[in-house]
Amino acid sequence: MAVKSLLARKDDLAITANQLKKLNSEPFSNGELESFRKKLEKQGLFPLKPTGLDVFQVNVGYMCNQVCSHCHVDAGPDRKEIMTTETMQLCIDVLKESGAKTLDLTGGAPEMNPNFRWFVEEASKVGVEDFIVRSNLTIIRANKKYYDLPDFFKKHNIHVISSLPHYKRGKTDQQRGDGVFDKSIKALQTLNDVGYGMPNSDLKLDLVYNPSGAFLPGDQAALEKDFKEALKEDFDIDFHSLFAITNLPVSRFLEYLVASGNYEDYMYSLVDAYNPVAAEGVMCRNTISVSWDGYLFDCDFNQMLALPVNAKGKHLKDFNLEDLKERDITISQHCFGCTAGAGSSCQGTVV
Amino acid sequence: MSDSYYDPKDLRNFGKITEWQKELGEKFFDWYGAVFAEGALSAREKSLIALAVAHSESCPYCIDAYSKDALQRGISKEEMMEAVHVAGAIKSGATMVHSVQMMNKVNKLSM
Repeated sequence: MAVKSLLARKDDLAITANQLKKLNSEPFSNGELESFRKKLEKQGLFPLKPTGLDVFQVNVGYMCNQVCSHCHVDAGPDRKEIMTTETMQLCIDVLKESGAKTLDLTGGAPEMNPNFRWFVEEASKVGVEDFIVRSNLTIIRANKKYYDLPDFFKKHNIHVISSLPHYKRGKTDQQRGDGVFDKSIKALQTLNDVGYGMPNSDLKLDLVYNPSGAFLPGDQAALEKDFKEALKEDFDIDFHSLFAITNLPVSRFLEYLVASGNYEDYMYSLVDAYNPVAAEGVMCRNTISVSWDGYLFDCDFNQMLALPVNAKGKHLKDFNLEDLKERDITISQHCFGCTAGAGSSCQGTVV
Repeated sequence: MSDSYYDPKDLRNFGKITEWQKELGEKFFDWYGAVFAEGALSAREKSLIALAVAHSESCPYCIDAYSKDALQRGISKEEMMEAVHVAGAIKSGATMVHSVQMMNKVNKLSM
């Protein structure tokens, strides 16, 4: 596991232009692999257009208690980017105007933003159908001040989506750091205790699986079955769905791919697994991602690559729904991560 | 062209064998796909068999492909290694069981 963010390490890939340069070099620049644009053109999907705005995803800051080796946000304790209450209020105003059905809070560890609870309380008054908080689980056990988070989530009927790379300690700690597995298990048990993830419970608890290395996720349904059986048998843990998410070659995962000599093979795997049906259903077509400082992006990955929306209003202050619905979605080679196999989105497979 | 007989990049071009014999190539890949689909044996079980056979066949391409396949299916390192031990046991067993023929021959030739 990395001990610091790329930014703190002053790694070349902390500069987003260098990431984009890498993504557009060989094997794409020499024609060995077709570009993402070319693939879309072949099926008449270029330029990629939105289908609507259903998901309003807000990244409330890059600060995190973990430094996971695959993190596309380059999050960590040393990241100080934190959304202010003013920007949160703008999010709420825009959310009302947008008519989005889903509000999805992510980070970093969103709970570490000091204004997090205020934001959840205020945003829950908007009355979206699905209010998601992406929790890394360990934060719930990181400090006593977070111990009541399961009750807080329950009070506001939050849909909790949590990362757990594997139901085995070794694979989880390898990706996310020593001790992460045990803390995650304890956190899941406390969520179960207040009713989250229980069969027939309305308190939704879903898990996210992403591979611990340079390979693609296997069949989501088969993985869900394995996770359910193992977590129930070993720890008496219940949860609802498992989302299998592909690691995108962005930020720390890109750095890992390059450093381990897996970059080229990984890009081949993604391109070989390109699925035109998954391409039609990519999440950027019905999502807007907001950064901690209020800028608008097609998705969280484009946010981390500093590729803002291709529309006149690039900030919450200039939000214009009609203009955004007409925009061309910004793409690059990292997008192959969302179209491989059964596809990948923040809600798991697409197909 | 590579200077060695085995180049890991050649695996990417496996599908191109169809270019020189389309009908048979396509039949082969259709059959190959059907073999590994869920059946009386699960796709997971088939993947482990493939990994074991890859070793006994000493096929570096197959080892690369099915090691990755096992990871994608969430198969543990212990399961992978046990599968290879099965292949190894059969290989060794095949060697050792021939010693019965050796014993028979030596006994026949000896006074």
